[in-house]
Amino acid sequence: MALDSGAAHLDAAFVSVRDLTHSFGTVEVLKGLDIEVRNGEFLVLLGPSGCGKSTLLNCIAGLIEITDGQIWIGGRNVTWEEPKDRGIGMVFQSYALYPHMTVHGNLSFGLKNQRMPEDQIAARVVRVARILQIEPLLDRKPGALSGGQRQRVAIGRALVRDADVFLFDEPLSNLDAKLRAELRVELKRLHAGLGNTMIYVTHDQIEAMTLADRIAVMRDGVIQQLATPLELYDRPANLFVAGFVGSPSMSMLDGRIAGGRFHVGGQSLALDGYEGRAPGTLGAAILGLRPEHIAVAPAGVEGLSAVVELCEPMGADKLLWTDVEGRKVSVRVPVETSHPRGSRVTLAPAMGKASLFDAGTEARL
Amino acid sequence: MSGPRGPRPRRVLSRGNVFVYGTLMLVSVYYLLPLWVMVMTSLKGLPEIRMGNIFAPPVEVTFQPWVKAWAEACTGINCDGLSRGFWNSVRILIPSLVLSIAVASVNGYALSSWRFRGSETFFVILIVGAFIPYQVLLYPVVILLRSLGLYGSIWGLVLVHTIFGMPILTLLFRNYFASLPEDLFKAARVDGAGFWGIYLKIILPVSLPIFAVAAIIQVTGIWNDFFFGVVFARPETYPMTVQLNNIVNSVQGVKEYNVNMAATLLTGLLPLAVYFASGKLFMRGITAGAVKV
Repeated sequence: MALDSGAAHLDAAFVSVRDLTHSFGTVEVLKGLDIEVRNGEFLVLLGPSGCGKSTLLNCIAGLIEITDGQIWIGGRNVTWEEPKDRGIGMVFQSYALYPHMTVHGNLSFGLKNQRMPEDQIAARVVRVARILQIEPLLDRKPGALSGGQRQRVAIGRALVRDADVFLFDEPLSNLDAKLRAELRVELKRLHAGLGNTMIYVTHDQIEAMTLADRIAVMRDGVIQQLATPLELYDRPANLFVAGFVGSPSMSMLDGRIAGGRFHVGGQSLALDGYEGRAPGTLGAAILGLRPEHIAVAPAGVEGLSAVVELCEPMGADKLLWTDVEGRKVSVRVPVETSHPRGSRVTLAPAMGKASLFDAGTEARL
Repeated sequence: MSGPRGPRPRRVLSRGNVFVYGTLMLVSVYYLLPLWVMVMTSLKGLPEIRMGNIFAPPVEVTFQPWVKAWAEACTGINCDGLSRGFWNSVRILIPSLVLSIAVASVNGYALSSWRFRGSETFFVILIVGAFIPYQVLLYPVVILLRSLGLYGSIWGLVLVHTIFGMPILTLLFRNYFASLPEDLFKAARVDGAGFWGIYLKIILPVSLPIFAVAAIIQVTGIWNDFFFGVVFARPETYPMTVQLNNIVNSVQGVKEYNVNMAATLLTGLLPLAVYFASGKLFMRGITAGAVKV
């Protein structure tokens, strides 16, 4: 049923977490958290380890007892429901395949528990095996599979349940870089094909950026920003999001705003073109610049004077590490350019793409 | 190419090796000698034993002492040898084994996977049970069994073995189950398996080694038990160990050393067989108390 439901009610909130609190002993891991996931949406929960993203996923799955709040899935209040009755399929970081069962046994275990007739089980297993290209592996045990194959089977075990919502708990973290990139693309293709709602936990911001329709960045049990990947990248809501998203990360210059200009050390920059509502004067502020939004300007153009410290060739381009008034600033430059160590350059940031933060509240201006 | 190349040669007869193997051999001889004496004595006739020389192999091999120990030796008024005790022990062992492992494994599973309010306290109380000396509980248990109508019966002993085996076995199972990946349990819950479904279809099949270890602990422990047997059984339900004691320590008539040796060897045969059949797992059973909590 859900396998071909497509994106019927794209705007309806499909999974809805309302005022969710989860305490572990006296520690509040999640604090009155609200989040709405639309039908067919791919939502990524992104954050550093210990931010509560996995806890949130486990709460949605019903694998962790919640302290307060409600969970709604598909218009049903499932707060007190067993995991099996929530219409979810889940994929774990450690694969969690049943080691003593064959791949076929792993895929059919959930269906057998539903007391589904054998022929229907067989049909479903075969269909999922075809989707994930694991047909030749059906008679093997997990021990005889590679990491990528195991993760495929784990995904298959979620798919075969024909769930409305798929929950992924860092499914690619145990794989090597190449395989991770491959499976990432495959997951995206899978989502495009199935159109199911998917909630995906990761600490890898590349995974988050590439897969998500929307990303929720979490810290200390609180959602910092919930937005599309581009929005998140271009207009981070606060200093934490700005620092967490993007690789190489955003360079931060601490200074102050006065007379419509940003002052850092003995230098200053005009804030013309900054799209936020930058105040004319503010005591302490932080200017965040992404490496690709800074150009090395020819002499005479207004900009920040910097000293080149290091050059990292990345293949497609180079990353120039410079020093501006004692602060590190990285700049993405074309491969052809040459900037020897110790040479002095002028950096011209694109103010329209820059981010300004209040140094006190750390919120975006 | 000159100079060292490839794997470094190992000398078989290095000073260290000679020392290690020498010591091992010496210790082995020390421990095997009594067994040698027992086997040799059990194969000799009484006149030959009286000549002394306990280390010498028999001049005339006889299996009569074994036959007598098994089928003819007298304890009290019964003269049917150890066979009665052997079958009693088997009848005690099998239900105790099955029951104690079944209950303890479910205990351990509930305590590791389905933590409930107070489960840690429950566990601590259970473990404390392992440190209470049996002697303290002897009289209360006698009264308990009497009022249950089980005193002196085989089922009384089964109950005692099951209960007294509970702390260490529960600890063993809980620790093992706690070391299984938690995601396995979560995946099974999402797949719709309940308490028993997860236990029987997931936890049990992936934990067979620890079941083997538990079985070894219980088989050797229950078979070698003398204390509970002598206290809670009657002459007709005495386990093999108690009967062995009664044969060996009987003060009437001639001391039949060959029969005593054969009887002792017969009684020790099962634990010995278990040990040889399951060397590595047996070691795990011995070190089970050292497993992390």
